[in-house]
Amino acid sequence: MKKTIGVLALQGGVAEHLQKIEAMGAQKKEVRFPSDLEGIDGIILPGGETTCIGKLLIENGLAEPLRKMLEEGLPVWGTCAGAILLAKEIDGKKNNSPIGLMDIGVKRNAYGKQLDSFIETIPSIPLISSQPISLIFIRAPRFVRLGKTVEPLVEISTAQGGREIVAAQKNNFLATAFHPELGNGTAFHEYFLHHFIR
Amino acid sequence: MEDRKQLNRNLAQMLKGGVIMDVVNAKEAKIAEQAGAVAVMALERVPSDIRRDGGVARMSDPAMIMEIQEAVSIPVMAKVRIGHFVEAQILEAISIDYIDESEVLTPADELHHINKHKFKVPFVCGANNLGEALRRIAEGACMMRTKGEAGTGNVVEAVRHMRAITSDIRRLKNMELEELMVYAKNTGSPFELVCQVAKEGKLPVVNFAAGGIATPADAALLMQLGSDGIFVGSGIFKSENPEKRAQAIVKATTAYQDPKVLAEVSSRIGKPMSGLDVSNMEETERLATRGW
Repeated sequence: MKKTIGVLALQGGVAEHLQKIEAMGAQKKEVRFPSDLEGIDGIILPGGETTCIGKLLIENGLAEPLRKMLEEGLPVWGTCAGAILLAKEIDGKKNNSPIGLMDIGVKRNAYGKQLDSFIETIPSIPLISSQPISLIFIRAPRFVRLGKTVEPLVEISTAQGGREIVAAQKNNFLATAFHPELGNGTAFHEYFLHHFIR
Repeated sequence: MEDRKQLNRNLAQMLKGGVIMDVVNAKEAKIAEQAGAVAVMALERVPSDIRRDGGVARMSDPAMIMEIQEAVSIPVMAKVRIGHFVEAQILEAISIDYIDESEVLTPADELHHINKHKFKVPFVCGANNLGEALRRIAEGACMMRTKGEAGTGNVVEAVRHMRAITSDIRRLKNMELEELMVYAKNTGSPFELVCQVAKEGKLPVVNFAAGGIATPADAALLMQLGSDGIFVGSGIFKSENPEKRAQAIVKATTAYQDPKVLAEVSSRIGKPMSGLDVSNMEETERLATRGW
């Protein structure tokens, strides 16, 4: 049976995720209110503005039921603002998100303003893409701390010549600082579908 | 498409379903952010005050814009006069996130708009109709908005402009190539962009509604008419209770299809800004006629 992937549809890059879900032949569902959580096999928290989405999550009564479902193992993928919402620690503060279940620390807008937004093309990513893939960072957050059992998934080179982690996973949680929904292809969406939702 | 242009269009995509609010100082910017604004427009006077004061309206003091940049983590936009590419250079130098080449300010050039391809920083521009939107996109705009009639608290012009754009997009979808050429000729639209819109059934960039939006219902109306998001200028901080109204407009923009939610958020939010009747306004008082 087709798997149903929900996309939190309060604000931000919702349509782009829905298109990718459709393109890989899965069932899409927009999630705005608690009743929309019924029948989904996984959920994507899209990019957008964290404060806005976080506030609407609470006001629409979604924060608590969603948190509970994630604790019980519902596969979740946060892109950019979505990854920030998943993080236990935001800008050095703990419990600063209405979700806040993934043991990572993030710094918002860590690369700077819009002029510092960038595209990084990497040759391949094991399990995700054997082809070169472009990662799109829009006023992106940085993963400044990863919990001991959180697994780094994608790394890029920094301007200073070091490496930094831009995607991570643990159990049913997947977080990417970049926006696969804005790029070509469905490699990351397939990865979420086949390795998390199954 | 070059990377920078894509990234700049992408930022606008991340603002979809959100509200961008005019603010005149850091305090208002924080109120807007807390209310759930996805970006703020930093300016010295909101459009209704510009309208009242008259005189030449220019780019705001960069120091005041920088204070607002310091105060919030959401993107900060600011306005330049139509055609004033040096004001745009100045805003780029202070790393503004988006420039609004705006008819709300007094135009600096009555013939030319800014060549926006020369800039790394993205631009949003206003349009009355599809042809105008496509001309601005051809000049490098990465986001569009309706002009509406700013500072009036009257939504009628924004509705007119949004309907003009969406209705023409629907018409283009059914046209033959030779008809698309006629459309391009008659509306002064770049032919390649006309063909792209006809094929894809939508603008190549995000399109927000702006100009005269004063209530949650106004915001939801424009969203139902096909807007990707909402700019509110004077409508928030010229109302009786800016905080409540800001929150209500944010909620209405996301739940625009749900009349029950709209009823709830429209209740007890204080008086809106007082409005102006646009129909008996002198042609010279209209801001939407600035630019082409």
